Amino acid sequence: MADIFIQPFVQYVFMQRALAGALILAVSCGPVGVFLMLRRMSLTGDAMSHAILPGAAVGFLFYGLEILPMTIGGLAVGLLVALGAGAVSRFTIQKEDASLAAFYLISLALGVLLVSWRGSSVDLMHVLFGTVLALNNEALGLIGGICIVTLLVMITFWRALLAECLDPLFLRSVSNWGSPVHFLFLAIVVLNLVGGFQALGTLLSVGLMMLPAAASRFWSNRVAPMCFISIGIGMISCFAGLLLSYHASLPSGPAIILSAGVIYALSILIGTRGVLSDLLGSGRHRTA
Amino acid sequence: MNDPCLAFKNLTLGYAGRAAVHHLNGDIAKGSLTAVVGANGSGKSTLMKGIAGILKPLGGECRVSSGIAIAYLPQQSELDRSFPAQVRDLVALGLWPKRGLLGRHRPADRAAMGRVMEAVGLSGFERRNIDSLSGGQMQRALFARAMLQDAQLILLDEPFNAVDERTVADLMVLIKSWVAEGRTVLAVLHDHQLVRQHFPQTLFLARKLVGLGTTADVLKAENIRQARHFHEAWEENAPWCEPADDPSGQIVAASPQMASAHSHSHSHANSNAHG
Repeated sequence: MADIFIQPFVQYVFMQRALAGALILAVSCGPVGVFLMLRRMSLTGDAMSHAILPGAAVGFLFYGLEILPMTIGGLAVGLLVALGAGAVSRFTIQKEDASLAAFYLISLALGVLLVSWRGSSVDLMHVLFGTVLALNNEALGLIGGICIVTLLVMITFWRALLAECLDPLFLRSVSNWGSPVHFLFLAIVVLNLVGGFQALGTLLSVGLMMLPAAASRFWSNRVAPMCFISIGIGMISCFAGLLLSYHASLPSGPAIILSAGVIYALSILIGTRGVLSDLLGSGRHRTA
Repeated sequence: MNDPCLAFKNLTLGYAGRAAVHHLNGDIAKGSLTAVVGANGSGKSTLMKGIAGILKPLGGECRVSSGIAIAYLPQQSELDRSFPAQVRDLVALGLWPKRGLLGRHRPADRAAMGRVMEAVGLSGFERRNIDSLSGGQMQRALFARAMLQDAQLILLDEPFNAVDERTVADLMVLIKSWVAEGRTVLAVLHDHQLVRQHFPQTLFLARKLVGLGTTADVLKAENIRQARHFHEAWEENAPWCEPADDPSGQIVAASPQMASAHSHSHSHANSNAHG
C-alpha cells in the first residue's frame, strides 16, 4: 500500500517537487475557480489561458525555455487582454464574452505565429501542456508567491467579490469598488494561469481551476465552504494524478486534470446536491 | 417647505445621446414621501439611477444635500437569484455603508440585522437560501437590506412588482415609518390608486416633467390625458436639443446640423413628449 501511495514521493525528489508545486497551485486556483464559476465566467479561464500564449512565446523567443521571461511575458499579455476586454465591455455596448473572445483569438493567433516562427512543435507542446515533473526552485518559488498574493487578495476583497457577484448594481450604489474589484479579479485569474503553465501548461492549468470549482457546487450551497471543498478536490486530484502518471507512465498534466474530471463526474452523481440525492429525495416532502 | 433633500436643476439623463429624462427641474423636501409615476419608458428608473449616482447626467445636475446617504432598491431583475447565498448574506450587504470593504461586522450589527429581519417579517429566514424565497419574501429581504443601510434618502424602484396585497400593506407600513423617522422616500409606482391613498406627493414623468406637487394636483385628469400622448419609442431622427435653451427648461427644437457643433447635445426623444 505504502509502496503505491508514498514510495514514489519518498524516493524521487522530482516527484516531491511536482507534488509540492501542484498542491500549492490547487490551493491558489480553487477559490479563483469558484468565483469564476459564480460570475458565470467559467469559460473565461479557458480563453485567458489561450491569451497568455504570445507573451510566453515572446519570452521563449528571446531567452529560450526560461521560466522568468516566459512568465513575465505571459503575465503582461494576459493582463493586457483582460484589461482590454474588460474595458471594452464596461465602456462600450459590447458584452464581455464577445470582447474577450475577440481579444484572446487575436492573441492566440499571434502566439502560434511567434512559436512557429522560431521554435519547433515540441516547444509549443511544452508551453501548452507544461512539465510538472521538471519544476525547479525558481518555478516553485513563483507558484508559492502567486498563491500568497492570490489568497491575500481573495481574503481582503472577499466582501466586494461576493457583492459584485450577487448584486453588482447594489455594490455600485454604495461604493466605487465594483470595477476595480472586477479588474483585480481578472488579474488574479491571469496570475494563476501563468503560475500554472510551467507545471501544467497554459491549457491544463485552467483545468485545475475550473474542475474542482465545478465539482464543489454539488457539495455545498455556501461560497466559503465551496472554496475549501474546491481546494480539497484540487489537492486530491494532484496527488492521484501524479501517482497515476508515475505508475502508468502517463503524462503528468493530463493525469492530474483527468483525476479532477473523475471527481467532478462522481460529484455530479453522489454529491450532497447531486443527481442521486435528488432522485432519492424525490417525492418526499414536508407539509410546510 | 422644508429644506430640499434633493434638487433637480435642469437635469437631463439618458443613454447614447438620447434623453430619457429631459430638462427636469424641481425639489424634493426632506422627510417627504413621493411617488414617481409615468408610463413604461417615461424615465422613472432612469431618474432613480441618476439620483443614486449610477448614471451620470447628460446635462444639468441632480443635487443631493450634503451628508445625505442614499439607499437604492433597484428592480429585482438585476440580482442573481441563483447565487449560493443565504438571506442573511443578502441582507448583510446593507452594512456596507457602515463597515465598507474591510470593517469587521460587530455584535451591534448582528442585533441590527435581527431588528430589520423582524421588522420585515422574515425572522427565522436568516439561513434560507435566496433561491428558495418567493417574490414577496425576496422583496421583504431587500427592504431589510435597505433599512440596514440606515440612509436618509431611500429610492424604491417598483417595489411592489409581483407582490401580493398583504405584503404591499406590510411594506407600506414600513415606508411610512421611515418617513415618520424623518427619512425621505421616493418610490416608482404604477398603481395610481395606491399612490392617491398613501403618497402625499407625486412626481409625474413622461420623459419630461408632467407635474411635481401634491398628489391630488399632479394626478388630475388633464395631466393623465397629456401623458397618454407620450410615445415610448425613440424617434430615429429626433431633432437635437439646443444647449442655449437649457436654463429655462423651455426647449426649442434645432436642426441636427446645427446641434452637431455642440459636444454635449442630446436628441429630443419624441416631439409628443414635449407636449
